[in-house]
Amino acid sequence: MTDLTSLTLAEARKGLAAKAFTSLELTDAHLSAIEAARVLNAFILETPDQARAMAREADAKIEKGDGGPLAGIPLGIKDLFATRGVRTTACSKILGNFVPTYESTVTSQLWRDGAVMLGKLNNDEFAMGSSNETSCFGPVGNPWRRDGSNTTLVPGGSSGGSASAVAALLCMGATATDTGGSIRQPAAFTATVGIKPTYGRCSRWGIVAFASSLDQAGPIARSVRDAAMLLRSMAGHDPKDTTSVDIAVPDYEAAIGKSVKGMKIGIPREYRLDGMPAEIEKLWEAGAAWLKSAGAELVEVSLPHTKYALPAYYIVAPAEASSNLARYDGVRYGLREQGRNITELYENTRAEGFGAEVKRRVMIGTYVLSAGYYDAYYLRAQKVRTLIKKDFEDCFAKGVDAILTPATPSAAFGIGEKGGADPVEMYLNDIFTVTVNMAGLPGIAVPAGKDAQGLPLGLQLIGRPFDEETLFSLGEVIEQAAGRFTPARWW
Amino acid sequence: MSTATHKLLKGATGDWEMVIGMEIHAQVTSNSKLFSGASTAFGGEPNSHVSLVDAAMPGMLPVINEECVRQAVRTGLGLNAQINLCSVFDRKNYFYPDSPQGYQISQYKSPVVGEGEVEVELDGGRTATIGIERLHLEQDAGKLLHDQSPNMSYVDLNRCGVALMEIVSKPDIRDAEQAKAYVTKLRSILRYLGTCDGDMEKGSLRADVNVSVRKPGAPLGTRCEIKNMNSINFIGQAIEYEARRQIEILEDGGQIDQETRLYDPNKGETRSMRSKEEAHDYRYFPDPDLLPLEFSQEFVDELKAKLPELPDQRKMRFVADFGLSAYDASVLVAERESAVFYETVLDRLANRARDGKMAANWVINELFGRLNKEGRDITGSPVSAEQLAAIVDLIGEGTISGKIAKDLFEIVWQEGGDPRALVESRGMKQVTDLSAIEKVVDDIIAANPDKAAQVKDKPQSLGWFVGQVMKSSGGKANPQSVNDLLKSKLGI
Repeated sequence: MTDLTSLTLAEARKGLAAKAFTSLELTDAHLSAIEAARVLNAFILETPDQARAMAREADAKIEKGDGGPLAGIPLGIKDLFATRGVRTTACSKILGNFVPTYESTVTSQLWRDGAVMLGKLNNDEFAMGSSNETSCFGPVGNPWRRDGSNTTLVPGGSSGGSASAVAALLCMGATATDTGGSIRQPAAFTATVGIKPTYGRCSRWGIVAFASSLDQAGPIARSVRDAAMLLRSMAGHDPKDTTSVDIAVPDYEAAIGKSVKGMKIGIPREYRLDGMPAEIEKLWEAGAAWLKSAGAELVEVSLPHTKYALPAYYIVAPAEASSNLARYDGVRYGLREQGRNITELYENTRAEGFGAEVKRRVMIGTYVLSAGYYDAYYLRAQKVRTLIKKDFEDCFAKGVDAILTPATPSAAFGIGEKGGADPVEMYLNDIFTVTVNMAGLPGIAVPAGKDAQGLPLGLQLIGRPFDEETLFSLGEVIEQAAGRFTPARWW
Repeated sequence: MSTATHKLLKGATGDWEMVIGMEIHAQVTSNSKLFSGASTAFGGEPNSHVSLVDAAMPGMLPVINEECVRQAVRTGLGLNAQINLCSVFDRKNYFYPDSPQGYQISQYKSPVVGEGEVEVELDGGRTATIGIERLHLEQDAGKLLHDQSPNMSYVDLNRCGVALMEIVSKPDIRDAEQAKAYVTKLRSILRYLGTCDGDMEKGSLRADVNVSVRKPGAPLGTRCEIKNMNSINFIGQAIEYEARRQIEILEDGGQIDQETRLYDPNKGETRSMRSKEEAHDYRYFPDPDLLPLEFSQEFVDELKAKLPELPDQRKMRFVADFGLSAYDASVLVAERESAVFYETVLDRLANRARDGKMAANWVINELFGRLNKEGRDITGSPVSAEQLAAIVDLIGEGTISGKIAKDLFEIVWQEGGDPRALVESRGMKQVTDLSAIEKVVDDIIAANPDKAAQVKDKPQSLGWFVGQVMKSSGGKANPQSVNDLLKSKLGI
């Protein structure tokens, strides 16, 4: 039955509907795959009993002909999403064995539509990282290796568990979150499709917060169509999140295969970095050529404030994080390290509970919000953010439908290779993706080729606010041209 | 504001002037909390009114309670203040177990209500106008319980997240009397509006008082803030003490340290809580979980149109319609319940134009006097508005005298009953029948010939005769008729 794991979500849906196999069979196939792939450390909590129960329920509904759009589809859930009765830790020691009494809006919508939960996926601690190395459960292995090498590479981050699990065919799709590139960069590193929708498209309720004004949930999937199917269930207005937007969710799948003829695709000149590897440059040109041959028009555009995006991001995101993470204090839930008084309890708990990268960002955030520094850092970063947003608005006002960029400046790297001495080396991974979060726009990463060492590379498409449909249409053109990429199994 | 009426403090080096500003925290009257659906009911079991949002569980988000916004706007309108159609919620970051989020959601740079003013009544009919700087919405904190365990503190989050309005005055207050009058007036306005119950004992209304002193006309001095006062009398005492303390230091050549102090009502003194150096850096920034608070002018206009009559308006109406003195009117309107009581009496009066003012006197002097003596408030009055109106009617129409009315009031207070029926059944009716009184008058004149002779030279001794007649008629004779009759019989 293992070949059931190689289906796309769309194919599986067809097979389930045709009763070619049951959800229980499909789910069992994935549970076995998960068991066999523990070396990847993608799943930090497997929930096989719950998965089989949900699968049986889905089968019963399919039998009666009232299965939802995702009936019987087994998924993995990033550990940032609160799942009722199932341990949720954001991969931080400070949450200990926290078991929520509530279900995040996004996951509850997936269950509403019939999906099956296989377990919880690894991620960088509180989603802070670009390699999934900051998780308290240890790093995740990328199913991809360099040609002829058995060095384990990172899957990217922070949604490293989600990307690795989808690429290794452990789940048919996964939830993920993206604050500065945490969906798109791991998708690019693993040859999967990842979309960060427009800020406000998905509810943030029940997702452990990193940086509230940037966080957005989205899927990582095996194909553009699969991503469209998942996003449709995940998206939607939620009165419990006042930053979610009350706009009807379209049938994203209908955008797949729609002609892109006459669409104007912007190529931003500021994304041509000094010292960018030639193969990234080549990939970018190939992507542009595919879109052109599909009838799209290519135009060079300028996003002049791009170079300020990363520094401004590393002020705004830590500032919000320093405040969002204040609630992890050892008083009500999670880890508690006793002290002689309340201040010591705080200090001991947070010193023991948070990892080094989280501590670094809490300290940066505390600093930039301090009296006397607020204007120079936080306020100025917010002004930069407004300018970045305006760059995109100007671009779209000139009739540009979407912007094409590389997803990452390089392919996946080895565990422990980057950021050891200088955290900025790691932060540079997000150079092409953070602008999109700063502007609140939708962005999709689609696999587009391989580098000289056989590692996958991705392209990013950035769209107008709430125009995810155009990204799906264009993304599928690239997918069709580039083909699908599956890693050789070594685990 | 009127500067001529305030009290100066005498020091060894001359007069000192107090400069006082206040921050009042008023708990918003609403069923649920500012950003969660949990109940705001007072006095539940610890942690029985706590939602996931209040407990700051991971991934929880605040959602603004629109009723609290309406209450803040109503209050702003009641303070004649600028209503800001766009305002921003900020996070005030600090660690304390009574604040599960690790920050308080408040409004820092951009409050929902801007500048306004309040006119306060002082003794002797003087008034002062106190400026309002701003009003903003914020979350209340929980409560620590230190008496549950010998070595642990417990936390009760029932209050945590309840909406507060922080109302900040300008430093326009000049003495303790004005400060007390300001809190009294603000409380009255809030209660009229129904936006805060004003219950200071339950902590629904608390004040932080900023006090500094200066020589009249000199620049502002360094201020100290007295935190968390929940009694109007203590506010007055604390200000007096604090001003004297500062004057003493300054006159001894010292300087005032800007600090936060607490008032100890048992010792009658303020003491230092923390210095400026120990003050927190709250790292305020706009709360990214919440959009700016925006509403339309129509929203404000609609609330304005439905605003109840406020104490100042009611006072003016009482003065204009019933000829009440400004002082009496302000006594009646100070508490909404008293004003409502008086209005009910008015409604029941047979002749409102004739007896409206008398009714005010009865409410203020007899009823309030009696209630105060027994430590009761108007809502627990044994004499109802209907009963009091009946008593006033009986006086107004001449059925009983004012003196008998006091006896009648006492009977109604003690035993209850319909005043008109009581007057009948107990024979308290005033005697205006001249023939019945005449006999008494004749008897008394006959029994006191020497006094009758003197009265022509000493007309003021007529009072003695009146007293005798009233006494022997059991107080039921009409004093005016007695007076007239005596005069004619005695030939004066």
